[in-house]
Amino acid sequence: MATFTLPKNSRITEGKTFKAEPDAKDVRTFKIYRWDPDADATPRLDTYEIDLGKCGPMVLDALGKIKNEIDSTLTFRRSCREGICGSCSMNIDGLNTLACLKPIADVKGDVRIYPLPHMPVVKDLVPDLSQIYAQLRSIEPWLKSDTPPPPDAERRQSKEERGKLDGLWECILCFCCSTACPSYWWNGDRYLGPAVLIQAYRWIADSRDEATGERLDFLEDPFRLYRCHTIMNCARTCPKGLNPAAAIGKIRQMLVERQG
Amino acid sequence: MANEYADHTTLRSPLGRVRGLGSARSGTHHWWLQRVTSALLLPLTIWFALSAALLAGASHAETVAWIARPHNAVLLLATIGLSFHHTAAGMQVILEDYVNQEWLRMGAILAVKTIFALLALASALAVLRIAV
Repeated sequence: MATFTLPKNSRITEGKTFKAEPDAKDVRTFKIYRWDPDADATPRLDTYEIDLGKCGPMVLDALGKIKNEIDSTLTFRRSCREGICGSCSMNIDGLNTLACLKPIADVKGDVRIYPLPHMPVVKDLVPDLSQIYAQLRSIEPWLKSDTPPPPDAERRQSKEERGKLDGLWECILCFCCSTACPSYWWNGDRYLGPAVLIQAYRWIADSRDEATGERLDFLEDPFRLYRCHTIMNCARTCPKGLNPAAAIGKIRQMLVERQG
Repeated sequence: MANEYADHTTLRSPLGRVRGLGSARSGTHHWWLQRVTSALLLPLTIWFALSAALLAGASHAETVAWIARPHNAVLLLATIGLSFHHTAAGMQVILEDYVNQEWLRMGAILAVKTIFALLALASALAVLRIAV
């Protein structure tokens, strides 16, 4: 059966507290999930008091400040710090989002930070994404065409055809949506999840791609596609404002259409 | 987890696990019928609820006569067929969602479908015995 409670060794305990400096004026408390695979201990929630007067405006700025100045053992992924690489996706204040795009000021009270939900944790805020990457690879996210491109020219696409990719190409694969989806939590071994399905639709919707039928064949499965129950957590949580559920709806529409 | 392709302890590669046994190439018909039956059940359920409310306080003979009217009997049979189909389809989705062990899931789906099929036949027989 689906597991509704955390196993014993995943229950979170109270961790260490790092107090702010006495002269700090604008103090905010950050409570951050910590787990170290090398320490034989259950996960803990460490408390860091940060002087916002000496910290940038985003949650990622605070994480960087902690890592650089307070506790260098804190582990998290980050790269571009401007919402385009998708590395710093995590659960902040109960919602999956990018730490670099989330202003600290938007959070009321303590800032609680956990890794993306329901994924194996490598360390602290770093989830193991190897399965979801394999799922992305499985939908073959590249242009497939038997017709060679015109010599010395690109494959042509009208403005309208290109317009169909808007709302799809912007996905940066941060996987906030898939890890927010209860269906993906319960059946992530077989359900592809919103992030991978919006990518699948990005190639189905591409007028230059010639493998639409093959792609639909791959997706037509009670588990791979039809575990979506339009719960809409994906659209609610997407830090780029995209709607994977709508893309999944369009895939289903095409599957119905081709049945005649 | 019962699905050996999803077992994280296997040495099979993540891509091999994800591809698993391949696509079932089905699910669309099931999903589409669930939408169609729910759309059809919307007016039928309103009709049935209103009719049942209007029959409140009616005698046994009046109720039997109402069921025996051909258009009522046909609509009742349609309501019975669609309701049980829709319920069984919905139950199947719930079981697929929450029951991970394959033999248990398959067994539960078959049991639910058998029970609903028998209930549908019994309900249809009740209407037909009065109407025919």
